[in-house]
Amino acid sequence: MSLVLNEEQVFLKDSAKKFASEKTPTTHFREVRDSEIDNCYDDKIWQEMVSLGWTGILVPEEFGGSNFGVAGISSILEELGRTLTPSPLFSTAVVGVSLIKHASNDVKKDVLTKVVQDGLRICFAIEESNHHDPVKISCEAKKDGSNFIISGEKSFVIDGGFADKVIVACRTSGEEGAKDGLSLFVLDSDSKGLTIAPTKMVDSRNAANMKFENVKVSSDMLIGKEDDAYEIIESVLDISRAAISAEMLGSALQAYEITLDYLKEREQFGSKIGSFQALQHRAAIMFSELELCKSCVIESITSFDEGGNDSERLASLSKAKVGEVFHLISNESVQMHGGIGVTDEYDIGLYLKRARVAEQIFGDSNFHKNRYAELTGY
Amino acid sequence: MENLDQFRKETKEWLEENCPPEMRKPMGPGDVVWGGRNCKFPHPDAKLWLERMGEKGWTCPTWPKEYGGGGLSFDENKILQEELMTIRARPALSSFGIWMLGPALLEFASEEQKKKYIPEIVKGEIRWCQGYSEPGSGSDLASLKTKAEDNGDHFVVNGQKVWTSYADDCDMIFTLVRTGPQEPKHDGISFLLIDMDQPGVTTKPIKLISGKSPFCETFFDNAIVPKENLVSELNKGWDVAKRLLQHERNMIAGMGLGGAGSAKKKKDQTISSGMATMAKTYVGEEEGKLANPGLRQKIASFDINSHAFSLTMRRASEESKSSNSGPSPASSMFKYYGSESNKLRYELMLEAMGTKALGWEGDGFGPAELAITREWLRTKANSIEGGTSEVQLNIIAKRVLDLPQ
Repeated sequence: MSLVLNEEQVFLKDSAKKFASEKTPTTHFREVRDSEIDNCYDDKIWQEMVSLGWTGILVPEEFGGSNFGVAGISSILEELGRTLTPSPLFSTAVVGVSLIKHASNDVKKDVLTKVVQDGLRICFAIEESNHHDPVKISCEAKKDGSNFIISGEKSFVIDGGFADKVIVACRTSGEEGAKDGLSLFVLDSDSKGLTIAPTKMVDSRNAANMKFENVKVSSDMLIGKEDDAYEIIESVLDISRAAISAEMLGSALQAYEITLDYLKEREQFGSKIGSFQALQHRAAIMFSELELCKSCVIESITSFDEGGNDSERLASLSKAKVGEVFHLISNESVQMHGGIGVTDEYDIGLYLKRARVAEQIFGDSNFHKNRYAELTGY
Repeated sequence: MENLDQFRKETKEWLEENCPPEMRKPMGPGDVVWGGRNCKFPHPDAKLWLERMGEKGWTCPTWPKEYGGGGLSFDENKILQEELMTIRARPALSSFGIWMLGPALLEFASEEQKKKYIPEIVKGEIRWCQGYSEPGSGSDLASLKTKAEDNGDHFVVNGQKVWTSYADDCDMIFTLVRTGPQEPKHDGISFLLIDMDQPGVTTKPIKLISGKSPFCETFFDNAIVPKENLVSELNKGWDVAKRLLQHERNMIAGMGLGGAGSAKKKKDQTISSGMATMAKTYVGEEEGKLANPGLRQKIASFDINSHAFSLTMRRASEESKSSNSGPSPASSMFKYYGSESNKLRYELMLEAMGTKALGWEGDGFGPAELAITREWLRTKANSIEGGTSEVQLNIIAKRVLDLPQ
């Protein structure tokens, strides 16, 4: 696996860095948050991302995308993570697109083209409890002629409040907890019988609770084979875990750099507080941990594009490690800022709020340590 | 690329022809070849292997050819190491000359000194030890008191060094001495190369909490050192010392690698964790999972960190490949993380083995178990030797993060 980005990826990263610093610095995040617009991001910014081609990075060229790969989109997310840029890029261009790639040709053509051209927004409804568990699914889809009838509930659907398409993971057979018997469907968010309740999260982004009451969906809208979606789900989750790790790394790096600057400015007892060994050692430990995170993230995001056969383990490794380190840094950053660290005026608290939500997305560190151990044979 | 392919082919052929079969067998504890005037070889083939590798300069593959080194590029050396690994060749030579002194001499020594000392290191003719710490100068190394006085064409050295590894088997000692008693402490230190084969130099072994150890105390009592053995200028030894410490730190950091977590998945191969496999034999398993969930979680964290750490070492080497800058202040990060990680590795082994890890000697414990107990105790020094963890964190804060002093 590569441990350095190639030219193309560096180019994407640089343009995202420019975008974030010019168009979406944290003041943009605050504007969106304080304007209390329901979808928690700025449509204009979203359309600019679409016109830059970012929604098409994982889309094959035949459907209008650039196919620049997981490392490409993750490099963008890392830079956007630095300024906490709110957008449905992750839910749509990473999770949504990766799932749709397994759908029928007609669906691919229809949906992917719209994602690339118009910024059609996709969300993935999988969770049913307050902890990530991709097999704890009881939301049921019953076959009815050439249709399926879906009934059940979903929670913590990222960007689910205002998406155009919903991809839902259902149980078509087997017991809750079984890998067999899972199926994926794609449907319109305004489908009859589907109630979407947006939830505003602590990081000021939207998620949603969804209720499916006898929602009818054509079997043409099946992604993959009936009863056999587990492998698709896990492979798409792994791509998504690697990509969200990159975004989290960007946020953690920024929170750390903000704090480091503060240690060099703030004076108490007649000295810069960064001269105190009690703070220096903690800063040095965080530096080391971040270096480790950079390595995990780059190894994991490049593994998909290079066809490595250890991607699932590397994705868990990355999400576990970055989750833990972002957690540490978000706490330490607030503490090292002292009183102003807990004021809304200062940005550092925003990173703490984002950290906790991002940690939960598709499995927290405990989940992934456990999975890493299982995949390693213990 | 074509040149590299050609190099690989030639290297493969040379090794096939020149690496004796006996040198492709796993090493036992007494099989390390340290070189030196009184070098002990575990087997006649070891002598042959050292001669052949030394002749080619491949004991120090990237050092310049003009001083007897291999003159290989980063990529060529990588290929050589891979090919050595493939045939499971033993290291022809291990020495502090290679790991620590040589790189510092290449940077700071005079042309005459390089011509004299570097080829000796490459061929393993002289065995070196390090004279840095003193009883009163540990973390505050620059406060050292061993003094060298100018006596015409030579220095007269008096004082005591401590933690001089293998001093009782070594030929020469590279030593920090005070030559400027009036100068500020960092500006009065010189770097001297001292022959130990003289009445003014004596050594005494140190016993550790882990038992017998290679560490010694070394005493200088009117030891005579010719002036031409001064490296760099008078009172400029601290620059050499700092650089050499970075090389030492890289070496110690490397101990945090290997074993658990470095397992790579190859095609059609199942991967495993060395630590977890070992733990399973002591605590058992339930449905494939390590039976103790608390320990299992700790081992997973350890494996994840080990993997991330070795990956970061690799990334740093790939990134510095073009700049050819040698070790940087970031080597403190590797020293810090590597030594802490190695300590944790042994703590986890102890936790897994329970009372089986607590034997001191005799029956009731396997030899491997007794070795782990001793090694666990030995690892406690990892975060002390070569600069404590706290000193490494100070260096990161100052040199890398640029925090105010």
